[in-house]
Amino acid sequence: MTTRLTLPKRPLPNSKGDGVFRTVIIGLSLVIIAVFLLSVYLLGRDSIPALQQFGLSFLSQTVWNPVTKQFGAASLIAGTLITSFVALLISVPLALASAIFVAEYAPKWLANPVSYLVELLAAVPSVVYGLWALFALKPLIQKFQLFLYTSNPDLVTQCSTLRGEGRNSVACFFMPEAPVGLGLMLAIIILTIMILPYTASVARDVIRLVPSDQREAMYALGATKWEVIRGAILPFARAGITGGIILALGRALGETLAVAMVIGNVPEFASNIWGSTATMASMIALQFGDAQEALHRSSIITLGLLLFFVSVIVNYSARLIIARLTPQGIK
Amino acid sequence: MMTRTLSKVTTVPAGLSSGRKAKNAFMSALITLGTIIVVAPLIWIFVYLLAQGIGALSLDFFTKVPAPEGETGGGWLNAISGSLIMLLIAGVVGVVVGVSGGVFLAEFPRHRLMPTIRMVSDVLSGIPAIVVGLVVYSLVVLTTKHFSGFAGGLALGLLMIPIVVRTTEEVLKLVPVAVREAGLALGLPQWRVIVSVVLPAATSGIVTGVMLALARVAGEAAPLLFTAFGNNLLNLDPSKPMSALPLQIFIGATSSYDINQNQAKAGSLVLIVLIFLASLAARAATRQKR
Repeated sequence: MTTRLTLPKRPLPNSKGDGVFRTVIIGLSLVIIAVFLLSVYLLGRDSIPALQQFGLSFLSQTVWNPVTKQFGAASLIAGTLITSFVALLISVPLALASAIFVAEYAPKWLANPVSYLVELLAAVPSVVYGLWALFALKPLIQKFQLFLYTSNPDLVTQCSTLRGEGRNSVACFFMPEAPVGLGLMLAIIILTIMILPYTASVARDVIRLVPSDQREAMYALGATKWEVIRGAILPFARAGITGGIILALGRALGETLAVAMVIGNVPEFASNIWGSTATMASMIALQFGDAQEALHRSSIITLGLLLFFVSVIVNYSARLIIARLTPQGIK
Repeated sequence: MMTRTLSKVTTVPAGLSSGRKAKNAFMSALITLGTIIVVAPLIWIFVYLLAQGIGALSLDFFTKVPAPEGETGGGWLNAISGSLIMLLIAGVVGVVVGVSGGVFLAEFPRHRLMPTIRMVSDVLSGIPAIVVGLVVYSLVVLTTKHFSGFAGGLALGLLMIPIVVRTTEEVLKLVPVAVREAGLALGLPQWRVIVSVVLPAATSGIVTGVMLALARVAGEAAPLLFTAFGNNLLNLDPSKPMSALPLQIFIGATSSYDINQNQAKAGSLVLIVLIFLASLAARAATRQKR
């Protein structure tokens, strides 16, 4: 009896089990690092032929032509940057407005559904946005383009002669070449809608974290609601909002199918805000499947590598900014 | 001097100046308008899909495979079954690696690998899905020499990992330290405490995170383009090319046949209803917990 009591059947702490468990957990966690390293290795390996052929001129050359085997990504990089930054420029004020509305203006019965709807906006798949843009927005844009056409007949002829000579003017920059609907403008519109929820939800969360004594102090000085938002809330939430904006930028740079479906996917610079162009991601999506030739394939994978590094940098700096600029106490 | 200021003050009416009042009202209106603009597309998309997609929904849509190009009839059974199978594979990958990663970050916070793994996981969450597709193409499709449901499921699983890691870590940190200490005080080894005490307490939160991650990758078509590739026949064997709902929507929406376009609208309706239901259920589960 006594011997049975002194011999514990249960393993002691620091038993072998702990070591095994720890190894398994760490092993599986290392898969995350392995995925990262493997991505760098595979993308790097497959883009070597294109990098050897073109070197750094891959970034500055504008011709992307599989037939003549010339691959330069300048127009694609420009397409990616223009669509992303313009979309960001339009979406940030809107996202901030909705975040302020939810956190400061709306009563609770309205705030919850609205913030839920904004979150659902992030859950709508890319292809569904693309489909909606293609079937619901494109006809509207075409109508508007046709209206521009019929209301400015002189400008249309003037622009076509200018374009024939390879020149451009400010007015022509806003004039479509043909009422096709597809192009830069539609891509920017759809991208704006798609990145709205990312900035909006981050901004809403940080605005809610602003301590109420900040608000009350400002109200006590006789400030109006807007002055409180302007003077106390937005400066305090600055870091989080900046982080949210950069995260949204990351999304915009890598957004693929919705953009690919509406941008026209022509690897050239757009000569006006309606023109067809392409982004790096849309080019990968639409050409990789058909790319038979090794250099073409490698060039597309180089675009992937470029996107990979850009998104790593963008995301890393977003986290850094959030961590650095967040005022102590609301971490 | 003194009297002057005083007399001036008395001439100013009490309360806010009309300029400040007007500005305040103007900004309120602007903020409300901005919110309406933000919410409008979602309602527009939903109503549009409901109006346009419901006509193409029938029993055939769920029980038949696509008709030959240009012919009417047929359904999307291939896409629905493909999505389910690939989400299952993705779920296994995402849960095994994601939950382990979350446990590691939450339970071994002083380990020297901890900051690196957290940073890499955060960075991975921002990698465009299409790039993940390229990586899995190089990794699986080039090695096995053909497209497969496995490759598609793996790509989706890789996209799930960072989301699951993050939610698991957050949920585990909500389990009070006292609970862990109670387990250790009973003489349980650390692994038993984690497996039998901490994880069960956090299960509902982890399930919510996994559901949200599944809902997010269920709509991804970009990483499937060069991995699962698509398949117009019913295929339940994940070692062969497979279709998926978002992939079929992409193909249908860019097709020039009316029937394909209409089915793509119906498929979009099915997909977003499923995704909305999943995120609603996940949200309801967390609310109950709180």
